Amino acid sequence: MTISPVGRLEGTVLPSPVLDVSGLTISYRDQSGTRTAVHGIDFSVAPGEVVALVGESGSGKSSTAQAIIGLLPENGRLESGSIRLNRQEIAGWPQKRLDGIRGSVISLVPQDPGNSLNPVKTIGKQVAEILIIHGKATGALADARAIELLERVGLNQPALRAKQYPHELSGGMKQRVLIAIAIALKPSLIIADEPTSALDVTVQKHILDLIDELRREYGTAVLLVTHDLGVAADRSDRLIVLRQGRIQEQGPTADILANPQSAYTQRLLADAPSLNIRQRRVAAVAKLTQGEADDIIIVEGLVQDFGLGGKDKGLRALDNVSFRVRRGTTHALVGESGSGKTTTIRTVAAFQKPTAGKVIVDGLDLSAPPRETLRLLRKKIQLVYQNPFGSLDPRQTIAGIVEEPLLNFEPMARAKRTEIVASTIEKVGLPLDVLQRRPHALSGGQRQRVAIARALVLDPQILILDEAVSALDVTVQAQILSLLDTLQRDLGLTYLFVSHDLAVVRQISDTVSVLNGGKIVESGAVEEVFEHPQSAYTRELIDAIPGKKYPLHASRPISTNSGNI
Amino acid sequence: MARYIFSRVGQALLVLWAAFTISFVLLQAMPGDAVLIKFQNPEYGLSAEQIADIRAAYDADGSVVLQYVHTIGNFLTGDFGYSLQAGVAVSAQLAANLPSTIRLAGLAFAAAALLAVIIAVLSNISGFGRLRSFIQSLPSLFVSIPTFWLGIMLIQIFSFRLRLVPVINPGEWEGLILPVLTIALPISAPMAQILLRNIDEVLTRPFVSVARAKGASHTFVLWRHVAKNAFLPVLTVAGVLFGELLAGAVITETVFGLNGIGSLAEQAVNFQDVAVLQAIVVISAAAFVTINLAVDLLYPVLDPRLKAKLGGVA
Amino acid sequence: MTILDTAERHRNIDSPNPLDWISPAPAAEVAIRVPAKARSYPIRIQPGLVLACIILAIALLWAVAPGLFTSYDPVQGLPGQQLKAPSVLHFLGTDALGRDLYARLVYGAVHSLSGAIAAVAIGLFVGTALGVVAGSVGGWIDEVIMRLVDVLLSIPVLLLSLSIIILLGFGTVNAAIAVGFTSIASFARLVRSEVVSVRRSEYVEAAFGSGGTFFKVLWRHVLPNSLTSVIAFTALQVGSAILQLSTLGFLGYGAPPPTPEWGLLIAEGRNYIATAWWLTAAPGIVVVLVVLSVNRVSQAIGRAQQ
Repeated sequence: MTISPVGRLEGTVLPSPVLDVSGLTISYRDQSGTRTAVHGIDFSVAPGEVVALVGESGSGKSSTAQAIIGLLPENGRLESGSIRLNRQEIAGWPQKRLDGIRGSVISLVPQDPGNSLNPVKTIGKQVAEILIIHGKATGALADARAIELLERVGLNQPALRAKQYPHELSGGMKQRVLIAIAIALKPSLIIADEPTSALDVTVQKHILDLIDELRREYGTAVLLVTHDLGVAADRSDRLIVLRQGRIQEQGPTADILANPQSAYTQRLLADAPSLNIRQRRVAAVAKLTQGEADDIIIVEGLVQDFGLGGKDKGLRALDNVSFRVRRGTTHALVGESGSGKTTTIRTVAAFQKPTAGKVIVDGLDLSAPPRETLRLLRKKIQLVYQNPFGSLDPRQTIAGIVEEPLLNFEPMARAKRTEIVASTIEKVGLPLDVLQRRPHALSGGQRQRVAIARALVLDPQILILDEAVSALDVTVQAQILSLLDTLQRDLGLTYLFVSHDLAVVRQISDTVSVLNGGKIVESGAVEEVFEHPQSAYTRELIDAIPGKKYPLHASRPISTNSGNI
Repeated sequence: MARYIFSRVGQALLVLWAAFTISFVLLQAMPGDAVLIKFQNPEYGLSAEQIADIRAAYDADGSVVLQYVHTIGNFLTGDFGYSLQAGVAVSAQLAANLPSTIRLAGLAFAAAALLAVIIAVLSNISGFGRLRSFIQSLPSLFVSIPTFWLGIMLIQIFSFRLRLVPVINPGEWEGLILPVLTIALPISAPMAQILLRNIDEVLTRPFVSVARAKGASHTFVLWRHVAKNAFLPVLTVAGVLFGELLAGAVITETVFGLNGIGSLAEQAVNFQDVAVLQAIVVISAAAFVTINLAVDLLYPVLDPRLKAKLGGVA
Repeated sequence: MTILDTAERHRNIDSPNPLDWISPAPAAEVAIRVPAKARSYPIRIQPGLVLACIILAIALLWAVAPGLFTSYDPVQGLPGQQLKAPSVLHFLGTDALGRDLYARLVYGAVHSLSGAIAAVAIGLFVGTALGVVAGSVGGWIDEVIMRLVDVLLSIPVLLLSLSIIILLGFGTVNAAIAVGFTSIASFARLVRSEVVSVRRSEYVEAAFGSGGTFFKVLWRHVLPNSLTSVIAFTALQVGSAILQLSTLGFLGYGAPPPTPEWGLLIAEGRNYIATAWWLTAAPGIVVVLVVLSVNRVSQAIGRAQQ
């Protein structure tokens, strides 16, 4: 079956929309019954337009995208509403009929390039397949077209790439391949579902640029689904803000950013670090430059090799890394995946021995730590992980989790322990009734608060925050950042903050080290590094931060909605 | 790559040697020459020279260690000792019985694989109704049926009641129908379960959605994208399936009164014929190890990810 | 966007029991943005599961208090009642010695079930101990234990149990030991892989990071979290042990006659297959139902733990 896309009208006064969605309602069936994820939303996408569908988790943005292309999960159902593609109602279509338009009139750039290509088929075959399915080309001709497409999306050596398998390509290259598939038949609409969330920030910029360029060239409309307001602000003509399956607000992107109407949108904008990049941090330690150096963490010439042992060339994960962190301040380690930032903190936290170099934490030398030093260190330094789903034992109660570090040191009366646990839980802004629950009964933000409470219960001096807010929704992220800020001021904590998100780093840290390929390429005070980056790499990183198109006023007050989630 | 093959072969030989040792410890390393005393039982009707031969072959008067060394040497030269029940060399018995068992097991394996694929395919094209849940429940039923009982019931139903397959003097191939079914049905169950589960798992992967978004039909996706990904892991259980197949053969040959390695093993246990059983154990371990080795060497050829990994190491 | 650490789920493909090759469930890559609302699992009545529980309860009662279910003697035949077809008096008929088949099935439960449970207990304790040591200590100890496990797995289960029976002799206890021995390797494998995957989890690192000692962390986190999957596996092994024991019983290596062990009942009934088919059919159906039920319950346990 072939359905020729309705030609893009030229010169008419009102171009009919490529996509017109009205009253779209989607529900999911699970063990506890039916849950409505999207409640009768209406929107449309004009030819050649980029519309961003923005929302936090559970907003129904992905469900909406999946419903439009007819690929809801098995337990999902399109309850009611109409989806008109080029004025043709496709909402009730059976899968067989949808097969005719998928790929040719409407196509998809998926979220997770790493798993979106068949691991046992070559790249070329997977690109050629879309031509074959729609009868546009076969055999050698399809293969040749596939190579052209790969070249078009900017892959070097396209003929070689076509013969390779997905695991031989990097994440960014895979996403280019998926874009090549999506544009192969010049569809009228591309749905880009979080196309760059799994990619590093510099790669993200290149991919978004590519989508932009191809869209202009082909006049294709794009429905961009994203959680990142910065990306949406930079790349879209119109913005649709979704929350819990309902549209909060929609309109031209510039208008919404300048003058958000709904309270939720206002909060989202205020909480998005990338849109508040010029916001300045008030240093936690008043006199940062005065007095003699009081460096609580000293890392000097740190080298870390990972190898299979023997004569094999190992992998040098860290090469001559040095930095110092002043007591009571926040030092950020910034870098993309594979930069060595995680290796650095694991060494500082004494989870691994350095190959060479010196690490001194509050006067304790970790280069050759005897057992007792290690135990002393555990009381001084604590780690908060990125993923609160994995860092809390699912079988323990919250009380048990927070209490555990106390059991590892000198014996303490039960009543005393309970008291410390309760006060710590209050410190992180959780109600006491969470104590008897288990992690699965808590939200992501609450779990991260529990993880922070466990880290604080020993009264440490240093917290290592390993991407501790990266996995959270932007509003929750703002709450946790604000909590961390309060705790630092109240308890005089030193933070070693690891992140790939430069916008967040700018908000929370005093000093920063930029890591690339296991080496520190730049280091210094945050303002200095951000305003006058010295190395090309840092400049590229900073350039890649989305959300620069509509910088908000620097005067916007720092968000302080640190209430309970 | 060469290093990979070398280390895999080395490991296989090591496992085989250890399996031999375990079987020796279990079956032959008895105090004194307790085993050999049995040979003197007049019931077996061995002559004095034969007994002396056997004693010499076993190094019966030597220590356990010497016996071990002796036995391993004999095994390496294809001498598996004497069957005390039949009074002939074990190697001769094996040679006589191996072909029929291989034929039975081979046919059963093919039938089981066919059945498993049919179940997996039917379940994936039959929508979501009662038919699908019925088909999906078949493997768990098959795996709960004792093989020997299944064999008896098949004889009862197809031979005695329906008179479709004669039990007395059946044709060479006719006589194999029921035994093959008896082995195949229980073996097909795990194969089908693995296939079904893998297909379900692969269907949830993002690349399947991407293929659907290209406009590929469900059937196209099943054959062109899911099939290979779902089938590859089944290979890794080939060795275990072989063990099951052999167990099925032992039972089925007993139930149907067929000659083969299985009935040989059963008689060996009945007559405490340790030499025969040890030979069968070692040969099956060798087959298991060989099959696993073949899968290990074949897998990188079929799965490009593994090939790359090995290429990187070698 | 971060993908949750996918704990390496174990697909115990090297186990001799075909059912173990099926991993508990594919560990879906759960995106962290999944709404973290408390998931509630309302108990939905599953008719199949209820039926399985009823069947198991009856089988257990047969084993514990057979006298409640039948007034006939399982061993002493009734004169003049040989090979009777099922009737009101003997609703599964009688065998060649005039013994009530239903009574023999009821009294046989204790032999078949206790044998299976003893066998699984051997595998469970020895295998789990080996697996915990291998997974938590690591190093060369791990290497040695796992190579040994590989070797045990290389000998087909039935042949391994036959070898042990040759060594120990025939009998109920020996058959149970033989079957139990064959399951040690698969238990060890499962437990080790669970222990290893739990040890890699962040909450274990966090526990070490807050000053926990090896044994404290092992006891508090590693064991509770790695042994849960063993429960479902144990149930599964009971089903397979019943099958294996009935096979050994059928071949005549288990309990000697006139013990009414289920496998032996089938073997005895087989001689009268042409005339009294119920003597073979009934015990087989009982075995199938009990094994199906055990597997169904095991599956339910496995799902509940997800």
